Amino acid sequence: MSEILKIKNLKKNFGKLDVLKGINISVKKGEVIVIVGPSGGGKSTFLRCADLLEEINEGNIIFEDSEIDFNSKADRKKYFIKTSMVFQQFNLFPHKTVLQNLILAPIKIKKIGKKDAEEKAINLLKRVSLLDKANSYPCNLSGGQQQRVAIARALMMDPHLMFFDEPTSALDPELVGEVLAVIKELANDGMTMMIVTHEMGFAREVADRIVFIDSGVIVEECRPEKFFYQPENERVKEFLNRIIA
Amino acid sequence: MDIMNSFSLLLNGAWITLYISGFSMVFGLVLGTVIGLMRVSAKKYISVPAGVYVEFLRGTPLLVQIFLIYFGLPAIGMDIPSNIAAVLALSINSSAYIAEIVRSGIQSVDKGQFTASTSLGFSYFQTMINIILPQAFRNTLPTIGNEFIALIKESSLISVIGIAELTRQGQFIISRTFMSFEIYAGVALIYFVMTFSVSRIFKAVEKRMAIA
Repeated sequence: MSEILKIKNLKKNFGKLDVLKGINISVKKGEVIVIVGPSGGGKSTFLRCADLLEEINEGNIIFEDSEIDFNSKADRKKYFIKTSMVFQQFNLFPHKTVLQNLILAPIKIKKIGKKDAEEKAINLLKRVSLLDKANSYPCNLSGGQQQRVAIARALMMDPHLMFFDEPTSALDPELVGEVLAVIKELANDGMTMMIVTHEMGFAREVADRIVFIDSGVIVEECRPEKFFYQPENERVKEFLNRIIA
Repeated sequence: MDIMNSFSLLLNGAWITLYISGFSMVFGLVLGTVIGLMRVSAKKYISVPAGVYVEFLRGTPLLVQIFLIYFGLPAIGMDIPSNIAAVLALSINSSAYIAEIVRSGIQSVDKGQFTASTSLGFSYFQTMINIILPQAFRNTLPTIGNEFIALIKESSLISVIGIAELTRQGQFIISRTFMSFEIYAGVALIYFVMTFSVSRIFKAVEKRMAIA
């Protein structure tokens, strides 16, 4: 498998607070990386930096063999188009219907014709079992439905890499499963993904690699079986104990 | 001077009030939106001039602004007809208030909207046009309605530069008939019909734009 993303020595601070203290990671095509760790450890900030949604203080990102110039608008745009982010709070556009939410970016940014975009949107809505909601507004959907729409919206751009920032943290417990099911299906289809989550069962099931971030550094990086059943690192053990307890 | 004649003079004045206010609303809205967008810019050389513009226009009397444009511009060699001067003064004055409304509207939109739109590949400008402004306008519709109503009422000030709008026509009729109470009551009633119509129109638009 070839590398799709390589992040070198990524550093980020908010004022005097060093949130990320040099993160190095590479992601292979088709790989599912699940990022876990204690709250405030820098997981979400890392993901947002990796998707260029936060300004990066130091480091390099190499995507599909070319280094991104953070100051180049064209570079950033290209990267945004080829990657997609799914947010904790869904962030659907409330003034647009589900269908309009899906087709807006492909039409405006990829210059796809409206008919083609709609056809594609309908197929994706079928895939997330929400075809009947195509003409509803987001506020009339449950959290789980909104998040599935958000995933469909992200897929509309045919991303090469997807980021998920705690996709189920804002959901009622009974709605978590339907969203995780969609993400699992994507994993089975070979989508390259980086997922920040607190759902440990899901992490174990879906991850090719678990990355444990604490205090702004990667503390442990290994296969899920090893991470959950034979952890060696003390901080990982402590983290797992706290979750189980 | 008979009643019918007075009435048609008043209606004529009302029409002038209406069209001057109408043009000023449109120009004020467009200009105000641009200034509002400038206000929220992260670039200081864009946001600071917009801030100065707003503060200056909010901090000086409309009457003085009207004089400044109507008497001041000719003094520096720019002669403009009084109705153009009136529309110009009202539009510019209104744009400052609209700019503040637009600014607060933009800031009231959830930040996640900006993030989501950026991550989909929209530029700053595309995000504003497609995602942020439509929501900002929806949120601020009642306030914009207030501003339009204020504009209609304040347009009575342009009578001082000789425009035969509603208030001035009223004064003219009174100078002939001495029926102050009746005529001013009529003038007030016509203003009320106009502002109440605007208020109703905005209510209807709000209803239509509300998401079930």
